[in-house]
Amino acid sequence: MATTTERHLLSPSMKMADLMNQRFCLLGVLTRMGIPFGFGDETVEEVCRKQGIDPETFLLISAVYAIDGYMPTKEKLEKADLRDVLKYLRLSHAYYMDVALQELEMALENLIAPCGEKHKRIIWKFFADYKDELSKHFEYEEKTVFPHAEAVLRQGIDRNFTIGEYEENHSNVEEKLEDLKNLVMKYLPPVCGQQDTYKALFYIFSLEEDLEKHTVVEDEILVPIVNRLENHE
Amino acid sequence: MSKRVLLIIPSAIVARGVEHIFNDLGEFEVCGILTDLSSSREAQLRNLDPDVVVVDPSIFDHASRGNARAALSEHTSAAVLAIVGSLWDEESLKQYDGVLSLYDAPTTIIRKVRTALEDRSETPRSEGEELSAREKEILVCVAKGMLNKEIADLYNLSIYTVITHRKNITRKTGIKTVAGLTVYALLNNLIDINTIE
Repeated sequence: MATTTERHLLSPSMKMADLMNQRFCLLGVLTRMGIPFGFGDETVEEVCRKQGIDPETFLLISAVYAIDGYMPTKEKLEKADLRDVLKYLRLSHAYYMDVALQELEMALENLIAPCGEKHKRIIWKFFADYKDELSKHFEYEEKTVFPHAEAVLRQGIDRNFTIGEYEENHSNVEEKLEDLKNLVMKYLPPVCGQQDTYKALFYIFSLEEDLEKHTVVEDEILVPIVNRLENHE
Repeated sequence: MSKRVLLIIPSAIVARGVEHIFNDLGEFEVCGILTDLSSSREAQLRNLDPDVVVVDPSIFDHASRGNARAALSEHTSAAVLAIVGSLWDEESLKQYDGVLSLYDAPTTIIRKVRTALEDRSETPRSEGEELSAREKEILVCVAKGMLNKEIADLYNLSIYTVITHRKNITRKTGIKTVAGLTVYALLNNLIDINTIE
């Protein structure tokens, strides 16, 4: 059963523009589904169909972003299109690496510009390590997990790997980002500018929240769908 | 006021004997005896809120023995001492705040419990946000990449105490990862960058 919020907020017959107006965090979902702007007064269903995207899957992922603590029901998962979920996850990875981290990196560069060489080097190394860790995490998913999901979808079988292994090892990439947040917010020397600190923190908080939702999409949508397909062999 | 001691000992003979030693000396009072640590007993442990727990480690099965101290600390902030009658895996005893032997003289037992209580009160549980001197020392070790066991050996602490310190450091600073703590230590001039590169 859909919750009241879900029914009211997220229906295929509502206008796409209205949906975005209600929750602007869904702009990210929209772009990372590859849906272009300029959709006029078309409904969610019409816009999605035009782009060859299943509207239910789009709304399912939107629900994770729009409703805190959202857990998809079995019925919703059965209706979802795994290809669209994977498309979304891949484009999200690209967005994190090429856009979100770049923005954060530039903000951080401005922020620590007035610091001494020693402090610059320390913070820079920490950030570089985090970027590296995140990139490895994504790479594993793209080279191992997503191809497995596609193989299961195509042939109903892929004995090299099970999604359970992924679920077990799905590591927490948020800890270092949280540390960076606290370091920037609480412990940077006073020479760092107020606006620069605000900007850097803004990007960190946004990325943190986005990654949390991203993990929910992986753990609560991708994993159960692949699990079900594996067991239908 | 006498300190309250809770015994978790399956043998009635041993439990009665230990109770006798504590009650005789007046400084301690046995507030309860449990024979095991089932879930209903855990509630009793919380309600009794003892200052000291004396536990026979054999109540934990082999697999959970290594985490026994941590499991107990979920229910009580008391100092926890093990009581053993025969040869026992030394490594697993390190997690306790003290170890009593069935063959200890009554005065030895009391001395060991006192020491455990003193060490325990040194373990920072304060709500203050400033790191204590000991926490700073441990933070420096962590930043240099030392393992908990190495830190415990260096300062002659139990591993459990080191873990408690680390938890407190993370609670106070808001920083969880070793890399993050290293940056914190460097920014606060607790270590020099040359010592870690």
